[in-house]
Amino acid sequence: MTEIYVLAEHREAQMRDITYEMLTKAREIAGKTNTELTAVILGKDIRQHAQTLSEYAKKIILVEDAKLENFNSEAYQKILSQLIKDHKPLLTMIGHTSYGVELAARLAASLDFPLATDCVDINVEDDAFTVTRQMYGGKVNAKATLRKAESYMVTIRQAAFTAQKPPTSLSGQIIEMPSSITEELTTKRFIQYILPPPGGVDITAAEKLVGVGRGIKDAANIPMVEELAKSLGAVLACSRPIVDKGWLPNDRQVGSSGKTVKPKLYIAFGISGAFQHVLGMKNADLIIAINKDPNAPIFSFADYGIIDDLFKIVPSLKNKIAELKGQKA
Amino acid sequence: MDIVVCVKHVPETAEAELKIDSSGKTIDKTGLIFDINEWDDYALEEAVRIKEKQGGTVTAITIGSGDSDATLRKCLARGADTAIRLTDPKFEGSDGYAIAKILHSVIKNLHYDLVLTGMQTGDDGSAMVGPILAQMLGVTHATMVKKIELDSGTAKTDRELEGGLEEQLEIKLPALFSVQTGLNEPRYVSIMGIRKAMQKEIKVMSLADTGLSENDVGEAGSWIKIEKLYVPPVEKQAEFIKGSPEEVAAKIVEIVKARGLI
Repeated sequence: MTEIYVLAEHREAQMRDITYEMLTKAREIAGKTNTELTAVILGKDIRQHAQTLSEYAKKIILVEDAKLENFNSEAYQKILSQLIKDHKPLLTMIGHTSYGVELAARLAASLDFPLATDCVDINVEDDAFTVTRQMYGGKVNAKATLRKAESYMVTIRQAAFTAQKPPTSLSGQIIEMPSSITEELTTKRFIQYILPPPGGVDITAAEKLVGVGRGIKDAANIPMVEELAKSLGAVLACSRPIVDKGWLPNDRQVGSSGKTVKPKLYIAFGISGAFQHVLGMKNADLIIAINKDPNAPIFSFADYGIIDDLFKIVPSLKNKIAELKGQKA
Repeated sequence: MDIVVCVKHVPETAEAELKIDSSGKTIDKTGLIFDINEWDDYALEEAVRIKEKQGGTVTAITIGSGDSDATLRKCLARGADTAIRLTDPKFEGSDGYAIAKILHSVIKNLHYDLVLTGMQTGDDGSAMVGPILAQMLGVTHATMVKKIELDSGTAKTDRELEGGLEEQLEIKLPALFSVQTGLNEPRYVSIMGIRKAMQKEIKVMSLADTGLSENDVGEAGSWIKIEKLYVPPVEKQAEFIKGSPEEVAAKIVEIVKARGLI
């Protein structure tokens, strides 16, 4: 029986959430295509992980090697391309994560098996794989078909699927395979992890956050929003472009490459709501978003939306709060 | 150090309201402002900075119609020495894989120590062109690069992981790096600078110059084919607050106050 491969992603002894998200979707596809669900895990001292995976997959391919202690796309490519060539799984799923972006496209090119990246959905229709991907920062969805082939590959967006344990453990069989990495890795070598510098502000601890995005247009406009945040007793946060431009330090960044926050209130000014940002703030209790674009994705996550220019709303909101405080005093 | 930078001329859509065009397979580009892809802007800046420090050349390369010359002019004004534009009606419908093949057909004949690309484009966002191109060129690569420190024959490279974490790798040159935003601070180019760059030649090449066949490019040479585009269905919609800024502000305060947050 042919298989669906899911590449388990882990870092520093921790399994990453994307692994279980992919296994959940892969279980559904395996059912539809009458294929077997196989998890593939590469690393060092990962038997415990393989045990955990056996609840989620019918088979676990385990490759252990001291050289796989840290992720290395060249080592992974060497091992996986051999596995895929030998077994021709119908589909190989890899996370569209930093590791997956480094690995998947080059692996697919080396095998010339078609790959669709950053998929938010995947379906089998009339013997063909169709995927849904987002374009233009999430403003448009594309439905696309993969070219007919013996074996297909996809990378899956983080949090696109909700991880669910199978109703009963699949009691997967762990199959150990030898590592094909015979030589030292010299062209691409892991040196170290670099931790984010200890920041002055911990936005994850704030009860109220006011976030600014690209719509703020200029660094000179940030103090205006910061004042508003202060008057609300909130902490200023931001989306990625603001940090990239050097307008705020990276300890203020909310999103997949920044911090995940869960405040009681999140007010988003000029943030369109690209999924990377949303991933970091969608669990806030109350979300209010102000954006000029009525189709901004942020409005699908906000409780309240205001389609207007933030440069009009910020001053009037500041006045209103000052008024209220005046009454209190 | 000779550096090739791959760039793309794309519409700025972060703050624009997008519509699907009548074909259903692309967006209506009327009224949209086009510029160099945001990620490529950082790649270009990095290339020019390396050249300024170490000497060498910077070649900017793009695939696109005559409009893309605006982006190449920007590259030349910033400090690129030569610019190449690949254009052919047959390139229409190319995905990241076909794009990588087209770029490879030209870059393989150039001398380079480093190839830089943006890690993705603002339109398609597949993040695949860099690594595929590296595979075809047979050079080492790193994606989502936030820092490049060149040494003799190697580069210390910081890659972005999740949650603010990065990993540092040592990469043997020649190599391809696909860069993440925030790598540097792209410089401002004056109108004068762009005007001066108008005098520089842009080398234009077509399918016939690439040595590729029709089947290698466009939809025929792609891994994926777009069937249709659509505006994502709204699963949950915010409750919209309407009115003058004063009315809106009053309503926001009311909501926040009701939750005991003021």
